[in-house]
Amino acid sequence: MTNTWQDIKNANIVVVMGGNAAEAHPCGFKWVIEAKIENGAKLVVVDPRFTRTASVADYYAPIRPGTDIAFLNGVIRYLLEKDAIQHEYVRAYTNAGLIVKDGFSFQDGLFSGFNEEKQSYDKSSWDYELDDQGFAKSDDTWQDPRCVINLLKQHVSRYTPEMVSRICGTPQDKFLHVCELMASTAAPDKAMTSLFALGWTQHSVGSQNIRTMAMVQLLLGNIGVAGGGMNALRGHSNIQGLTDVGLLSNLMPGYMTLPQDKDTSLDVYMSTKLYKPLRPGQTSYWQNYRKFFVSFQKAMFGDAAKQENDWAYDWLPKLDIPLYDIIKAFDMMNNGQMTGYICQGFNPLQAFPDRGRSRRGLSKLKFLVTMDPLDTETSRFWQDFGPQNPAKSAEIQTEVFQLPCTCFAEENGSLVNSARWLQWHWKAADGPGEAKSDIWIMSGIFHRLRDMYRKEGGAFPDPLLNVTWNYTNPIDPDPEELAKEMNGRALTDLTDATTSAVTKAGTLLDGFAQLRDDGTTASGCWIFTGCFTEKGNQMARRDATDPREQGIAPNWAWAWPANRRILYNRASADPDGKPWNPSKPVISWNGARWVGVDVPDYGPTVKPSDGVGPFIMNAEGLGRLFARDQMVDGPFPEHYEPLESPVENVLHPKVRSNPVARVLASDRPTFGDVKSFPYVATTYRLTEHFHFWTKHALINAILQPEEFVEIGEALAKEKGIEQGGWVKVKSKRGEVVCKAYVTKRIKPLTVDGKPTHVIGVPLHWGFTGQARKGYGANSLTPPVGDANTQTPEFKAFLVDVEKTSAPVTA
Amino acid sequence: MALTRREFIKFTGLGLAASSLGMLGFGAAGEAQAAAVRPFKLTHATETRNTCTYCSVACGLLIYSMGDRAKNAHSNIIHIEGDPDHPVNRGTLCPKGAALLDVVHAPTRLKVPRYRAAGATEFKEVSWDFALDRIARLMKDDRDENFVEKNAAGTTVNRWTSVGMLAASASSSETSYLTWKVVRSLGMVVFDNQARV
Amino acid sequence: MSDLQSQDFIRISASTMTPPSARSHEDQVAKLIDVSRCIGCKACQAACMEWNDLRQDIGHFEGSYQNPDDLSPSVWTLMKFAEYENEQGNLEWLIRKDGCMHCADPGCLKACPAPGAIVQYANGIVDFVSDKCIGCGYCVKGCPFDIPRISKVDHKSYKCTLCSDRVSVGLEPACVKACPTGAIMFGSKADMTEWAGERIEDLKSRGFSNAGLYDPQAVGGTHVMYVLHHADRPSLYSGLPDHPQISPVVSAWKGILKPLAMIGIAAAALAGIFHGVTEGPNEVTEKDEEEGERALNETEKTP
Repeated sequence: MTNTWQDIKNANIVVVMGGNAAEAHPCGFKWVIEAKIENGAKLVVVDPRFTRTASVADYYAPIRPGTDIAFLNGVIRYLLEKDAIQHEYVRAYTNAGLIVKDGFSFQDGLFSGFNEEKQSYDKSSWDYELDDQGFAKSDDTWQDPRCVINLLKQHVSRYTPEMVSRICGTPQDKFLHVCELMASTAAPDKAMTSLFALGWTQHSVGSQNIRTMAMVQLLLGNIGVAGGGMNALRGHSNIQGLTDVGLLSNLMPGYMTLPQDKDTSLDVYMSTKLYKPLRPGQTSYWQNYRKFFVSFQKAMFGDAAKQENDWAYDWLPKLDIPLYDIIKAFDMMNNGQMTGYICQGFNPLQAFPDRGRSRRGLSKLKFLVTMDPLDTETSRFWQDFGPQNPAKSAEIQTEVFQLPCTCFAEENGSLVNSARWLQWHWKAADGPGEAKSDIWIMSGIFHRLRDMYRKEGGAFPDPLLNVTWNYTNPIDPDPEELAKEMNGRALTDLTDATTSAVTKAGTLLDGFAQLRDDGTTASGCWIFTGCFTEKGNQMARRDATDPREQGIAPNWAWAWPANRRILYNRASADPDGKPWNPSKPVISWNGARWVGVDVPDYGPTVKPSDGVGPFIMNAEGLGRLFARDQMVDGPFPEHYEPLESPVENVLHPKVRSNPVARVLASDRPTFGDVKSFPYVATTYRLTEHFHFWTKHALINAILQPEEFVEIGEALAKEKGIEQGGWVKVKSKRGEVVCKAYVTKRIKPLTVDGKPTHVIGVPLHWGFTGQARKGYGANSLTPPVGDANTQTPEFKAFLVDVEKTSAPVTA
Repeated sequence: MALTRREFIKFTGLGLAASSLGMLGFGAAGEAQAAAVRPFKLTHATETRNTCTYCSVACGLLIYSMGDRAKNAHSNIIHIEGDPDHPVNRGTLCPKGAALLDVVHAPTRLKVPRYRAAGATEFKEVSWDFALDRIARLMKDDRDENFVEKNAAGTTVNRWTSVGMLAASASSSETSYLTWKVVRSLGMVVFDNQARV
Repeated sequence: MSDLQSQDFIRISASTMTPPSARSHEDQVAKLIDVSRCIGCKACQAACMEWNDLRQDIGHFEGSYQNPDDLSPSVWTLMKFAEYENEQGNLEWLIRKDGCMHCADPGCLKACPAPGAIVQYANGIVDFVSDKCIGCGYCVKGCPFDIPRISKVDHKSYKCTLCSDRVSVGLEPACVKACPTGAIMFGSKADMTEWAGERIEDLKSRGFSNAGLYDPQAVGGTHVMYVLHHADRPSLYSGLPDHPQISPVVSAWKGILKPLAMIGIAAAALAGIFHGVTEGPNEVTEKDEEEGERALNETEKTP
């Protein structure tokens, strides 16, 4: 989220598209209701199903799963055509006027640089025209046809209301009404907030879905302001934290990236991280990368990270491919390339696409370790549970360890919420039986391995032997000590260059601006610096005071970066530093410095007249309507059909789906076509359940006891399916036998003249826990990943459905 | 902070109850009342602040446990409700959060390490030492066999691809940081979390 | 067994005595359910089960999000879902939290033959006192909203207490506290009525010209009220009665017969309890009921 949960109440228009906030985030959704009641806001829901969010919406428009870019490109076309954009904002704060290289083009569904053989793009033409100083050329009058805004206009010109309706199945009048509501927030003092979640990410074009709305928000001047922003409603309690700390194949803490093979030395690695400003005088904050990196290496390897060994650069693993994501990992398992897998609080048999593929993969491992408070399906993949998990135990040679863990109520620590708040929590009781914390377990494995390497030697033990472990209790480190290590310390006495203030060696640091690249500071996660200072644990702060009741609450817990609550908040004020919306200012220029209810996302004393752009992390300081080379599938968003789609791509039949989507060759045969699988399916959570955990909780099992799918009345009638009767839903990969919920809430859509039925598949059921046994939605889903993030396409695929009888064991 | 009644109402439903709590019919009834209605179960429970383990709204929780944490008392969680001070949830909880007690005490909570040998049809209970010793041995043997120190070009890559890990979205940042250190110091690159699912 | 002060009550079942209600100066409470803010998430159901330690058997999917399928001795509140296509052809998903309405003129209490088994406190809460309940089921018949349910285990009647245990220590009911969107509010009846007025105004401004408050006067008003977008047609909301009223049978029973019959019935009920203790569950047999109704009907026919 760029903004806070409470800030939603400041919106004039709330758009829920690509998510179902009322069901997935009910307590955050209260701020939508507040916006409606206290700010007269209108709630707009665009969703294939009439959800519980839609039930309280002011306006609902249906859409075919997987066509959001067509819809939103249509919105952009509408805004540009009606000139319903916030001109001054777009002119000053976006790259609308920058000039794009001549080589860039888009034709028949492909951007310039496509390599058919490699199924990837050479992105060198996706950039600005540079002058001799290396700065991007611009035309502030927007006359140059190669200006971003003019290229954008041209790009979206194909997305007429007729075309949008033809692709999305949204009736034209409904589409236009949504456009009108969105356009109303182009006024400087009006804001729209976009609330989205996996309804946008879980597509082969997931990142571009989000990007398209971000562009809409930039055009409307809604980024950085109160009640605006792009608000990704993250799904798990600390998934933001895990991403921040870099627990992904290619990440390091604080969004630094793991080196690749081509980064043969620290200097080569750093040369890709210089982020030279692309416009004069811009901040381009990533220029400080080296400070964050060296400080991290000092936290990780302590004294062993020295100038002489390039701060132990070689001890970090390097990647030979962009990343080893989950689709790749299970492909490797199936190919016999993996020996062991450790699942910490993660249930991949339920969570990953194509359950059969996952089960076969796990069966080929030599060992599987699960660490979880609950008895997960994954830990029992080898056991026969009948049709919901047919397994021949005797044939499965995998050794399995099921390790019992404590849960949230039984440990101290911090979690990062969707709004980037680090909140500390306290233990209320001991765990049951012999359950242990993940910290204790990981430490146990670590010490055993390190001892073995000390005694026996073995493959390159240096990083393992040198990683810092200076904890008071090394077998069960205190979370506070780990938090302090992430926050960072001075390693020698540090003298501030401007104020001459001295920070004593050993002192906890107050902010990442203190970090240095000479080995005199250590910080395990630079964006967390400031969370645990000499003043104490900032994450444990409980002062809920909220100036002007504007939804900031700056002294409650601590937010990264630098306790900033609204990202890009410089853009909440006009170029002169006056708030666009005087009744809800975030920060403003008082003649000497930036002041307001939030920590400025900007140099606190940088004058408006200096012309420094508000998007300080970007090399041009501007919001990007043209993404340069930052996306793998194009600098402008384009509509591509889902990998499994019922129709052709009417815009460019030869390029039907995302040409650079994440598809492994071995998975291609598992995709079905519309002849055998005529209906579009989409998966989702129900509000009564959280993934695969709450089926273990009796109350939730009572509230939503049994697996079902949602089917519209028309399709049910056609197929003779009765309310509450049994159905079989099949994809090319597997099947689910469950109850049918025949509903008015899913209506057939007219797509390219043909009726298209959508089937809704809630995802919560498995074969452990208290709810009734189920097959799980991932028995059906395809192993296709988003081109940028590899997120599987759970939201749009093809199935068939038929009436059936109860499974024998049910 | 002075609020008009109207502002007070708008904040949250539960704030409203405070408008005349003492006068809602039981204020003067005193002890006689206690015999009629169910006894209030939290009178001497211990209150602990926590954060909901499910979605990323991160609602503040009050966890009530029996026992006052005296040396001889074993704390047992008896009730969980929303933290009214929390700026986001303001005391409210969703159907998952309001039922957290049932996940804490789920009959399928794991209590002892269990091990399934190759080809076995059942788990058997094992000691922590057995489990961790065996896991470490399996990991080391594979790492020694499959670790790639240098690639074909001679670049030090320190990569181990044959054992992978999925990290937990409900674990604390402190846990995840420690996990990162262990995983990367071994050279592991098949590493992921729930960000995508 | 219960050691209530009569002064706390304004009504007691099967009693001709008017309680002294010395505490009638205390405010009447009300729970306001604003269905236009309700997202049907069932947090209220979960919180109710958790707080009141109620868990019933895991059921089946029955073709609706409504689960469990009905109120029961362990289900005191239940979200009901109605898919409604309005005159413009647009879908509305009308979701209503069902449960005891805590009527000012409670049909259950009027119908109850067991002295002190149903009481109404000065604040308006209607509560069942289990140890006095004889499980006859008359409260079910007397309720215009079909709320109380008799347990097959202990043959007592159960329903929402409005969390009288929480209210008694100055807390709001569990469902109210949990409700994520503030669709359930709790306070004095006067405050709730005023707040409902603002909500209704807002709904009217959004095109719901028939928005209104559901506080049916035929039962003396209720201490659980609804804000409805379609107050002209409450029955759209999964059969919320358009015109709730206490069954004429019960009215007659209370108004004409009860003062006379009460002593006899109460005696029979007590006998029943002893019967239950020694012989098994006590119940008012169907034959008894038929007899009773026949007698009542005859009385009604008699001018």
